[in-house]
Amino acid sequence: MRPPNLCVVTATVHHQTPPGAPRPAPGPAADEGLARRLKALACTAPLHDLDVRKANLAGEYTVYSMAEVALASIDLVTLNMDFDTGADHEQVVARLLPRVAAQAPRRPAAEHERVARWVLENLINVGSVDRGFRAVYGTFGPDGAYVRRDYDFKLVEEVPGPDGGVYLRTTDEAVNVLVGALDTDVASAQIAAEVKLEVLIERGRLADAQLAAEQARYRTVQYAESLRRALEATRRNVRAVDWLRAVPDLIAEALDHVADRYRHENAILTNIRRVRDEAEAVDHRTGEHKRRAAELVDIVKDCIRRHTQLQSRLLEAGPLFRAEQDRQAFAAPPARAGTDLYGQLLGPLLPLPVERASKVTDAFFASGTGLRTPAAARVCDLVDGLLTPPLEREHLGALMPEPDLVATPDDSRFSDEQMDTALHLLDLPPDAPRRLSGLLAEARRSDPELPYLLALLAVHAASPPVGVAYRQGEERLLFAVDDGTPLDDPEFGGADLIVGTATLDAAAMAAERAS
Amino acid sequence: MNDTADPHTAAEQDRYADRHDEHDTGARPPGAGAVTPADAADASRLVSFGLQPKLLPARDLEYAELIRRHRDDPAFARLADAVATGLGLVVLEVSARAGMALAAAEDSVFSVRMGDYSRRAASDSTDRFLHGLAHLAVAAMAFPRPEDLADDGYIGRITVNGVDSFVRQACRRLEERAEEAGENTDPASDAPGLEAAWRVYTRRSATGATKDARRLSGSTIGIIGKAVAFLVDSGFLQKTADDAGGTYRTTARYQLQVRDLASSAAMAELLELGVVPVSDGTAALAPADDSDELVADAGLPFHSH
Repeated sequence: MRPPNLCVVTATVHHQTPPGAPRPAPGPAADEGLARRLKALACTAPLHDLDVRKANLAGEYTVYSMAEVALASIDLVTLNMDFDTGADHEQVVARLLPRVAAQAPRRPAAEHERVARWVLENLINVGSVDRGFRAVYGTFGPDGAYVRRDYDFKLVEEVPGPDGGVYLRTTDEAVNVLVGALDTDVASAQIAAEVKLEVLIERGRLADAQLAAEQARYRTVQYAESLRRALEATRRNVRAVDWLRAVPDLIAEALDHVADRYRHENAILTNIRRVRDEAEAVDHRTGEHKRRAAELVDIVKDCIRRHTQLQSRLLEAGPLFRAEQDRQAFAAPPARAGTDLYGQLLGPLLPLPVERASKVTDAFFASGTGLRTPAAARVCDLVDGLLTPPLEREHLGALMPEPDLVATPDDSRFSDEQMDTALHLLDLPPDAPRRLSGLLAEARRSDPELPYLLALLAVHAASPPVGVAYRQGEERLLFAVDDGTPLDDPEFGGADLIVGTATLDAAAMAAERAS
Repeated sequence: MNDTADPHTAAEQDRYADRHDEHDTGARPPGAGAVTPADAADASRLVSFGLQPKLLPARDLEYAELIRRHRDDPAFARLADAVATGLGLVVLEVSARAGMALAAAEDSVFSVRMGDYSRRAASDSTDRFLHGLAHLAVAAMAFPRPEDLADDGYIGRITVNGVDSFVRQACRRLEERAEEAGENTDPASDAPGLEAAWRVYTRRSATGATKDARRLSGSTIGIIGKAVAFLVDSGFLQKTADDAGGTYRTTARYQLQVRDLASSAAMAELLELGVVPVSDGTAALAPADDSDELVADAGLPFHSH
């Protein structure tokens, strides 16, 4: 069979147009626009497909609206995408469950989970080799020939996380499907959305404002994503990234953006907080108003958090570049010329058609993998081998050796009983503080070692842990004050502290913490 | 001259020492007769050590002694090389650092076939390409600059995830370039072989969750992970950590194999295809720029070109 070549391909469906007849395609621009719309349409197909295929599932699943669950999961993955990693699979499933459960509240929870997992797996398209989708569309070539082309895309893709786990990220296509017409300049879209948000809040139209804020957040995520890619590439290879212009420009632009947005969002936050706090929940309408304002506060807070995260990454970029530069530029000069594996092999290879590129990779594979010594089996070994029962695969890994533990000697100076006695002595009523000298004398009567512990505790009490007590909402606090009286004691010197217990207003503190 | 007390080869070494002296004085013409079965056994033994790629002379006294003999005795060296050639092996280097570095000659019983390497790759041309590309990418990442490949003391470090991101980045640049040029890179449906190589890589998922928490073998990270594991078995890489999908460093043997064999073989194939990559000996991983001048005050020590 002849290998396919260009003329075979373009001649597949040839339109026999008589000379002078109108071209089948109205023009290349219109054709391109059509192709773009076909691709956009294709991105939504997997969602419709879910609702079509749910009937084939074992069980009665028609009650679930799969496209809705799918859109919700794209939403969740997008919003949970972090700077470094994507969203956690299990977390996304867990957050999907309330929506799935709401669609069929009488069904068992296990079924809800099954539906959530099924939708997520289908968005990844787990069954396919590429874990992606393919749509076929047709275009007219410059000579008027009709060519069918494959459009490959992904909606949710799996990426490796720094901990070795697998995380989910939504692709640009998915975000486009989700928010629609997001294929615009990120910065200008962001500005537009936020101006709109401000106006909406001023007019008190909070429902619209919430929508705008959510869209602004998607754009923020998208911005972070493009930056993440640039920085990641920088980390890998300094020279592969344009550090003369592109990256410095990008960083400067992004820093400006962060500063600008931060100011903006703080202003918005103040604004909505006022709405939230001033709106009295007297009737149903203002109650709704108040709830929306509270949600908006959360969304804008999240935006600010994302900006702060982005900014810290931006500040790391410069030092990272310099460190890599040092490592790579100040290496010893070459002893002799070697092959530039990237520049001369991998680089020129990637743009080639896969059929031709395979010849090069095959050649590299054949001579670059090393050698294997062929195994020579004897019949008796073979019989033994075949009769040996297969080893169970260890699910739990290798057996952990029992650790050889040596009991550490108890070298603490004071025993638990001594501690209890000392604490009991210091358990003073709030209205009756005592002098340290008296406490020491009392302690000495029961145990000659005890005064040391008591003195130690009293000295600690001279600087009481007020902050901790406040945060933990404790009701009592031991304190010690020096009023200038010298300590008259055979073993200790210094000030004769006044030791007492202060009572704290736990309820008031809790109220203050909450505000 | 043989002060190593190895009873196994002591007798041969004595004999050898005598011959060696004769040879040095020119009393015996080179290559003339006098190869004893014991010499042949030693030469074959050296080759058999070379066939254990993870074994290093530094770890085995007998191996180290045979390497030394190969260096000092040309007749023995010729004999050992002839044994290797007869078995279908190519001798890349015999040295204390790499041992007897052997590679399989074409169609040798020792060579690795794609079908044995991966059953899927044997039947699926896309997978076949991805497996081959993974090996090339690992090498390119291990020796990113020409001087790294040339410098005997260089030790490359790679991570599995790093290799994947490296190739993905290269693919993304090509994708962006194609977009700028307004090309339609979607392949025609009935000619999958004409799809651009980078596109094949881009559309394969990087990783994927599996039921038993192992790497998804068909994903690009899975394919690179397989390549790396295979190279470890070939004595080409050593694992240093589990970070970033596995962190590895290169061995002297890997450098030899890539420098002396694999890169030239692949290059020859590329030239056959009519693609002539030109290099001035500097790394091609430089930023694309259209200005000719060094940018003032940029503080960067490389020219734009």
